[in-house]
Amino acid sequence: MTTEARLAPASGRLQSLVHGRSFPVAIIVLAIILIWYLAAIRLNASLIGEAAPGLGLRDFIGATWSQERPLLPAPHQVIAELWKTVAETSITSKRSLLYHSWVTVSSALLGFVFGSLLGILLAVAIVHVKSLEKSLLPWIIASQTVPILAVAPIIIVALGSLGLVGLVPKSIISAYLCFFPVTIGMVKGLTSPDPIELDLMRTYSADLWQTLWKLRWPAALPFLFASFKVAIAISLVGAIVGELPTGAQAGLGARLLVGSYYGQTVQIWAALVAAATVAAAMVSLVGLAERLTLSEMGVKP
Amino acid sequence: MIAANNVSLTFATADGPVYALSDVSLSVNEGEFVSLIGPSGCGKTTLLRIIADLQKPSSGSISVNGLSPEQARLERQYGYVFQAPALYPWRTVERNIRLPLEIMGFSRQEQSNRVARNIELVNLKGFEKKYPWQLSGGMQQRASIARALSFDPRLLLMDEPFGALDEIVRDSLNLQLLKLWHETSKTVVFVTHSIPEAVFLSTRIVVMSPRPGRIIDIIDCRFPRDRSLEIRETKEFLAVAHRVREGLRAGHSYDD
Repeated sequence: MTTEARLAPASGRLQSLVHGRSFPVAIIVLAIILIWYLAAIRLNASLIGEAAPGLGLRDFIGATWSQERPLLPAPHQVIAELWKTVAETSITSKRSLLYHSWVTVSSALLGFVFGSLLGILLAVAIVHVKSLEKSLLPWIIASQTVPILAVAPIIIVALGSLGLVGLVPKSIISAYLCFFPVTIGMVKGLTSPDPIELDLMRTYSADLWQTLWKLRWPAALPFLFASFKVAIAISLVGAIVGELPTGAQAGLGARLLVGSYYGQTVQIWAALVAAATVAAAMVSLVGLAERLTLSEMGVKP
Repeated sequence: MIAANNVSLTFATADGPVYALSDVSLSVNEGEFVSLIGPSGCGKTTLLRIIADLQKPSSGSISVNGLSPEQARLERQYGYVFQAPALYPWRTVERNIRLPLEIMGFSRQEQSNRVARNIELVNLKGFEKKYPWQLSGGMQQRASIARALSFDPRLLLMDEPFGALDEIVRDSLNLQLLKLWHETSKTVVFVTHSIPEAVFLSTRIVVMSPRPGRIIDIIDCRFPRDRSLEIRETKEFLAVAHRVREGLRAGHSYDD
């Protein structure tokens, strides 16, 4: 009895460690880092073979992890580059990764707002006008089968000739990608109320606007947030793709492009990690907004 | 209050026409409590939906309070209680009852007065701020009745409102509904498939049968308005219940 009592807290802690969230996440992260290091040895080995033959195993591995232009930089190299360009560089400098991230994020966010508004408007129209579902939806789907890498330069060049450069053209590419999941999700969401919930509105002889605002819209909100999570992530992709054809002045896309011009793989990977981090942060912000909104609406926890 | 003359409704399906209602004539007077009873597929819900203008008849005429069903609906002359409570999950009990009042443009003050009055009427005081999922099935259905009554329609259309509830809850809700009908002197059309429920609540019982949906018998039911559950043991009650059952049998409701 006493032994059990003494053991209980310790085993409880172990339990929460195994069944909690941090432990599985940590295991996966460790596994990825391990695989990354192993892959770095394998990929960078060819760079060393000719340059310095006759190295010991230890030195050989060390060398694969410290190349200046490796095929695959080791994690610590990427972290060092991130540290240098984020913490040790002034935020206003063109060398600051934070500066470049902000350039990309600002156009991604603007595109997200444009795209979401367009997506919601299209969904509302499709739900209310039956013929639009047949006439408009195929075009909406077709728009997404066009490879964005092919469309982006056309948009950038066309808008550039009209005098529109910088933030807006990039955000239009983001919006072009963004509106799609929002439209699809919202069509589903706005039509999600049960027939009797709609009949109820009919018995009150509620007009279209009242039915939209008091029934369809709140019923669609969970779908909207699911769409937002997809949309905000691809808005970042759109902004990065939009930065590629402009000759790469600023932004994460520019860092990727410059890095690949000069074989700066460490810089490319640092930009990739930055993009992934920013995307994760934006998605979790949407998740937070979702939780707040839905709990405000009294959704069963 | 309601006058239906030779109302028929036919659905065209891939397997040929389905006769949901065939030549139904019925009149309901002001202040009556009329139950429609019959097996599933007899068109009792369809008839109620036609009265409410949720469905259009293929032929025949029907008037609600001297108006066409559509006009009556546009003038918000009836309250409708569905099989399921159909409370909006993102609204509290109070705001669910407020919903029709918001739509119909009552003033904020009037909305609050009416919500409070109707919450009291269905004994949901203290549950105003609860969300539907926090209530039992019986309480949810009471909230939906309060919602239907909130804008004070003279006609109440109820489509098997207690069908999904257990018998004990159903008994208590039947008593409450009877009291409510007695106090508010509404006209009620009530769809059910329970014989005791129909006999206990109604002033008249309309027995219907399927394929095609039609009226077999209309039975008067003259118990005092403030009846108690005990009358269900009396000879008169059992006699009426027996006649309802005979009607259902005559309509082949018990055949396979």
